[in-house]
Amino acid sequence: MGKTIEEINERIKRGEAVVVTAEEVMDLVRKEGVEETARKVDVITTGTFGPMCSSGAFVNVGHAQPRMRISRAWLNDVPVFCGIAAVDVYIGATEMAEHDPLNEVFPGEFRYGGGHVIEDLVAGKTLRLRAESYGTDCYPNRHWEKDVTLAEIKEAWLFNPRNAYQNYNVAVNLSDRVIYTYMGVLRPELGNANYCSAGQLSPLLNDPLLRTIGIGTRIFLGGGTGYVAWHGTQHNTRVPRDGEGAPTRPAGTLSVIGDLRGMNPRYLTGYSILGYGASLAVGIGVPIPVLDEDVVRAAAVRDEDLKAPVVDYSVDYPQGTGRVLAEVTYAELKSGSIRLEGKDVPTASLSSYSRAREIASTLKEWISRRDFLLTRPVELLPCADREEGVE
Amino acid sequence: MVRHKIVLHFPHEQVDKPIVSRLVRDFGLDFNILKASITPREEGLLVLEIIGKEKDYERGMAYIESCGVSIQPLSQDIRRNDAKCTHCGACIAVCPTDALRVDRDKMEVAFNDEECVACELCIKVCPPRAMEIHY
Repeated sequence: MGKTIEEINERIKRGEAVVVTAEEVMDLVRKEGVEETARKVDVITTGTFGPMCSSGAFVNVGHAQPRMRISRAWLNDVPVFCGIAAVDVYIGATEMAEHDPLNEVFPGEFRYGGGHVIEDLVAGKTLRLRAESYGTDCYPNRHWEKDVTLAEIKEAWLFNPRNAYQNYNVAVNLSDRVIYTYMGVLRPELGNANYCSAGQLSPLLNDPLLRTIGIGTRIFLGGGTGYVAWHGTQHNTRVPRDGEGAPTRPAGTLSVIGDLRGMNPRYLTGYSILGYGASLAVGIGVPIPVLDEDVVRAAAVRDEDLKAPVVDYSVDYPQGTGRVLAEVTYAELKSGSIRLEGKDVPTASLSSYSRAREIASTLKEWISRRDFLLTRPVELLPCADREEGVE
Repeated sequence: MVRHKIVLHFPHEQVDKPIVSRLVRDFGLDFNILKASITPREEGLLVLEIIGKEKDYERGMAYIESCGVSIQPLSQDIRRNDAKCTHCGACIAVCPTDALRVDRDKMEVAFNDEECVACELCIKVCPPRAMEIHY
């Protein structure tokens, strides 16, 4: 038997919808089976919280008097992109404050960048805007400085080109020196293995063939509400798959959008990654409508069944060789140690599973309280294996 | 048995003398070097954890002071700003002791400062910079 999103929304509005998290659905399926779970449950909530470098925010800072067509601008000394209309700018998460020593004193600390600007803005702090222009007849102003806050600026939207990677590499270091990567500090000779996914709670791993997530899907974004805008950059669905279709390599991605007003720095946090750069940790939760039994079967996936590729970040990743050393499950990764080349390698995560849990529970609460209705996607995201059929 | 974390400041003229080694030989104390550095002005700084009998510890410290080395308890303290910690676990990869570990049920990072040897590796590795040094 199938359900439609409209039917599920009616149940949400009446306060009758049964909402469970992607963790809870695993136990439910184990106890009651797929068929019964699909009958009973209306929505499965997911969550993830981790550094997502391909993030940023469009801000319209309002017009100066006299008017100005901003050609260069800084927020708290972090350069922002100005190659669009007069007072629209884009804050990129990885942009560094001007005069930051970067990696000149290695490994650089990257204390304040675009991700921190976005966090400060959302936290309600006052930021210093500095802007320059060459001046035109219609926009004569050439220098402008003022304090800005989220409350005062006209518009501020988070618009992230690539978030919520469906699965990700486990990074290790085969060389004989410490390396500093976007996957954290990697000690030599397999000293540690760093991973970055919520695994069984991760949005796209719970809908592996993207049967329910599409353009216009309403989501939890940074503590507020957002939408899936498009598939993310580097979205790749021609990948090896396992079991219920979960990819065993980095695969699908999401581009997401949402109003910064209403978001919360707890779920939008500036990160400084030693020797690499600044980033933004983004919290995302996607509701999965239980349209049929296949949706439940896929969402019931467990860490034991989800595999990630182990990649060497001293040579193979930087050189793009594509070599995968091994595959390990998220259950192994989350145990604190994995076995690689005859060695017990301690694991560390860059993605916060406790916060992913918090997000999935929060979204569940919003839906149960009738504060959040599902949307029907305008169009599903591209997925070769769904469109052409797997196996 | 006592266990003390102390900071020793060596004046320039004492930097090249074997002073600390006598703690083991003559006073039966064990020590673990947590940090050692020599400043550009050639004054030495040594952070030690000393383990031994209370009486031996007192005699050993009296000897150290008699050499013109000043002793301070380790006031430098590593603390976690709980409001900033996102419980990702990036610190786990570098912590040399069990001071930072993951509670596998909650999947949260627990910080036990009794195990912390103030190596400071976590300070810069923490992405939201939740680990702080307090003097």
